[in-house]
Amino acid sequence: MKGTNLGEFEELVLLTIAALVQDAYSVAICDELEKHTGRVSKLGVVHAVLNRLEEKGLVTSRMGEATSARGGKRKRYYEVTQAGKVGLLRAKEVRDGLWNIIPGFNIETA
Amino acid sequence: MKKNIKESDSENMQPPCWAVRFLAWYCRPSLLEDLEGDLHEYFERNLKAKGARYARLIYIIDVLKFLRPYTLKKPDFLNLQIQYVMVGSYFRTSSRSLVRNKLFSFINIVGLAVSMFVGLLVIAFLADLYSYDDFQEKKDRTFRVITHQERNGQSRMDLASTSVKVGQKLGESIPGIEDYTIIRSGFSGNARIGQDIFPLEALWADQSFFKVFTFPLVAGNPATALKDPYSLVLSEKTAKKLFGDADPMGRTVRFDTLDYQVTGIAKDVPDLSHLRFDALISFASADATLGKKEDYFYNWDNVWSNYVYLTLPVGADPADVQRALSRLSKQENKALKGQQVTVSLQPLKEVALGKGLSNNIGPAASPLMVWVLAGLALVILLSACFNYTNLSVARSLRRAREVGIRKIMGAHRSHVLGQFMAESVMIALLALLISFGLYLLLRREFLAMDPAISKLVTLSLSVRTILSFVLLALLTGLAAGFLPALFFSEISAVSVMKDTSGIKIFKRIGLRKTLIVVQYTLSLIFITTTLIGYGQYKGFLNFDLGFTTENVLNIKLHGTDAAVLKKELAELPEVKDIAQSMMITSVGSAYGALAKYQPGDSAMVWQNKVDEHYLSVHEHQLLAGRNFILRPEKGKEYEVIVNQQVLKRFNIAGQDTQKALGQEITVDGQKLSIVGVIKDFHYGTLQNKIEPVIFRYSDSEPWGYLNVKISSQNPDVTFAKIEKTWKNFDKIHPLNARFYNTQIQEAYSHFSVMVKIIGFVAVMAICIASLGLLGMVVFTTETRLNEISIRKVLGASQSELIYLLCRGFLLLLGIAAVIALPVTYLLFDKIFLREFAYHQPIGFGELLGGALLVMLLALLMIVSQTMKAARSNPAEVLKSN
Repeated sequence: MKGTNLGEFEELVLLTIAALVQDAYSVAICDELEKHTGRVSKLGVVHAVLNRLEEKGLVTSRMGEATSARGGKRKRYYEVTQAGKVGLLRAKEVRDGLWNIIPGFNIETA
Repeated sequence: MKKNIKESDSENMQPPCWAVRFLAWYCRPSLLEDLEGDLHEYFERNLKAKGARYARLIYIIDVLKFLRPYTLKKPDFLNLQIQYVMVGSYFRTSSRSLVRNKLFSFINIVGLAVSMFVGLLVIAFLADLYSYDDFQEKKDRTFRVITHQERNGQSRMDLASTSVKVGQKLGESIPGIEDYTIIRSGFSGNARIGQDIFPLEALWADQSFFKVFTFPLVAGNPATALKDPYSLVLSEKTAKKLFGDADPMGRTVRFDTLDYQVTGIAKDVPDLSHLRFDALISFASADATLGKKEDYFYNWDNVWSNYVYLTLPVGADPADVQRALSRLSKQENKALKGQQVTVSLQPLKEVALGKGLSNNIGPAASPLMVWVLAGLALVILLSACFNYTNLSVARSLRRAREVGIRKIMGAHRSHVLGQFMAESVMIALLALLISFGLYLLLRREFLAMDPAISKLVTLSLSVRTILSFVLLALLTGLAAGFLPALFFSEISAVSVMKDTSGIKIFKRIGLRKTLIVVQYTLSLIFITTTLIGYGQYKGFLNFDLGFTTENVLNIKLHGTDAAVLKKELAELPEVKDIAQSMMITSVGSAYGALAKYQPGDSAMVWQNKVDEHYLSVHEHQLLAGRNFILRPEKGKEYEVIVNQQVLKRFNIAGQDTQKALGQEITVDGQKLSIVGVIKDFHYGTLQNKIEPVIFRYSDSEPWGYLNVKISSQNPDVTFAKIEKTWKNFDKIHPLNARFYNTQIQEAYSHFSVMVKIIGFVAVMAICIASLGLLGMVVFTTETRLNEISIRKVLGASQSELIYLLCRGFLLLLGIAAVIALPVTYLLFDKIFLREFAYHQPIGFGELLGGALLVMLLALLMIVSQTMKAARSNPAEVLKSN
């Protein structure tokens, strides 16, 4: 099913939203992603993914309070929905399952 | 408005205002707010880290990057429907306003019509160029084999022609080709049918010709018509000329001693075909005549008169054939010494509008010309759009109330925008009608402007061109109407209803002034370019070539020894002297020869073969030595006359003209002794530097020219006498005699075509700019009528008032002149005249003359209008308000 399958980047964004708890808005998500992955995350890419995740029903959003730092514009905070949590867990299970059947994984021999 | 530094600094600390507005315009409202915030946050970050410039740039890039399907607003269908319903009302109000402001409507419509007329010409011209060879059914998969020849030490030559051998190899060793055909140009002879004789030029073509090309036959079998030697296919027109109404099939036509049989009649070649022919002769005949005589005919490097075309099967990749051709070139080049000849494919689509190839068969235009033409049309169109914008914004006062009422009744910004866009499109369509009329009327004149134009294009109408015309009008309307529409849509309803003076009609005065300056700058550039170009062209014609061309009539010979003709012509009293020469110098043709003075130092020199009268007819100056005195037989010449450059190039006798006499140089393997040294003269056109030239002796040049010096009060009568003499001498060919000066004029004809076209554009540009200026002057004086009246009442004199009103416009014209004149000067000095090794200095009279003329015209308009205002009775004006 298309709706529940997560792409790699979608999964990362979703995890970041979960990790940021109350502070998950687009710029913070970008920064957090950059901190953890070491890759530069472009706002354009993240924004598109957020939009898609919301369409799939994996996250919800609400508008926050206005601050002066953003030219008086409000932030949009994201939160992972139940469906999003299920999706994340399933993705983790798939990975764990695969990890478990690898016998004696060792980087040096790879 | 001037801003102090602090203010502009704080503006820099903000994202660019237009980018913010653009984002707000396209972005979905539900996404807008937080996206704006995000971008702003990044902007602040960049501001701190990298400075204002960088931050603003990144902001703009980001705004553009967010232009994606998911962020775009959905079109508002309700809105569109309202627009549709309101079209009738728009139409009514627009036409009322058109009728009310007759002068302004006239300026707008005529300006747009004139500019669109130029646009129509260019569109039709380009449409013709792009539809060349469209009648060829296999156009998309037909290719021409073109040749690149590189000789050691010389620049590469790109030729449209190629060798016969390529054609032969295509059949033998290159797979993946559907059909190919070999064509050879240059058949020319006298067709003899019974007692009648017609000069005829034809192409040789092999039997696959009709498979590759779509030239339908009226009679004859396309598969076999060009198969056997001595077969002849005539076009319908030629058949009519040769045989009248009789059936030509199977008849024989005699050329020299050979009989050719008519095996087919082809439909006349369409106008837009790069390949044009009156008759085709089977290539097997060339094999049998030319090929038999010399093996060179089939050589890999004999690439001068043959053309090879091929078609590929549907879906085949030309790159495969190209690879095979490259391999073939490599293999064949092994046998060549001192040169490399490679072949490549050129799609038929690119033949008529391709890169510059030598030996082109049929007409071709360069892409540069296309760009120049399109550019000129665009400039003219923009100029007319400027007028529209300028006048509409200036007149906005009158329409503001209408807009206000519309807004109060519930019109949206977008509705007002739509209304004014619709109005400008309507006006543009009206202008299209006029310009289309102009087009039909003046098309013939345009084609007749130069033979080169009528040979290249027909400018006939097709559905496609007419659709493009309409499209052009729509685009012009939209472009012209956009700024005024934006202006009107921003008018606030309340302020308009309260007090019309609240509208800032002078808000965009800077824009309007800039537009006037731009228009006048362009007009001035065009007019001075025309005048200087014309002056230079005249300069080329009257240039001191180092010899005289005055009263010299050059008669082309057609392969017969002219001794008899010479004798008869000499009996005419008007004929002073007759010389003979192989070629005509200074008109662009050139014949080279390899010359050597010291062993191991040979160089190319230019040559002409002349008789002993040549120097005196053309008044060449002998610096030392004498004319030819020996009268050697053909092939046994001993004498040569050289110019100073020859002495310089080979360093003969330390360039001493006297001592150089008697020195021997070897020319094409023959030892010749220098008997005379003449002053340097222009052998080539003025584009070429003066180079070493030698004159060799020849008393008979059957394919050359007679140079007849004439002294006559009435050239027409003399010409008629010469024509009569010619008819007795050569019954077949019509007399081909031109005055030397005319020939020189023709050598620079491309230059005169350019001057004509730019002159035409200049007139259009000046018309449009003048119309625009007139509109602005009328408007300004009208709006300032009250002010003028009060000034007058308080005692201002008429001249003071005129000065007051003119000042602003004169300043604008002054700025335009200050920009335009140096630009034109540099354009000529650094670009156009670079091509010419010799030219007249750029005349300041020409540079200033055109500018003065345009200025005078503008001044006349300004002064006449302002005078009208200044003369008005102040009591009347003030009372009526």
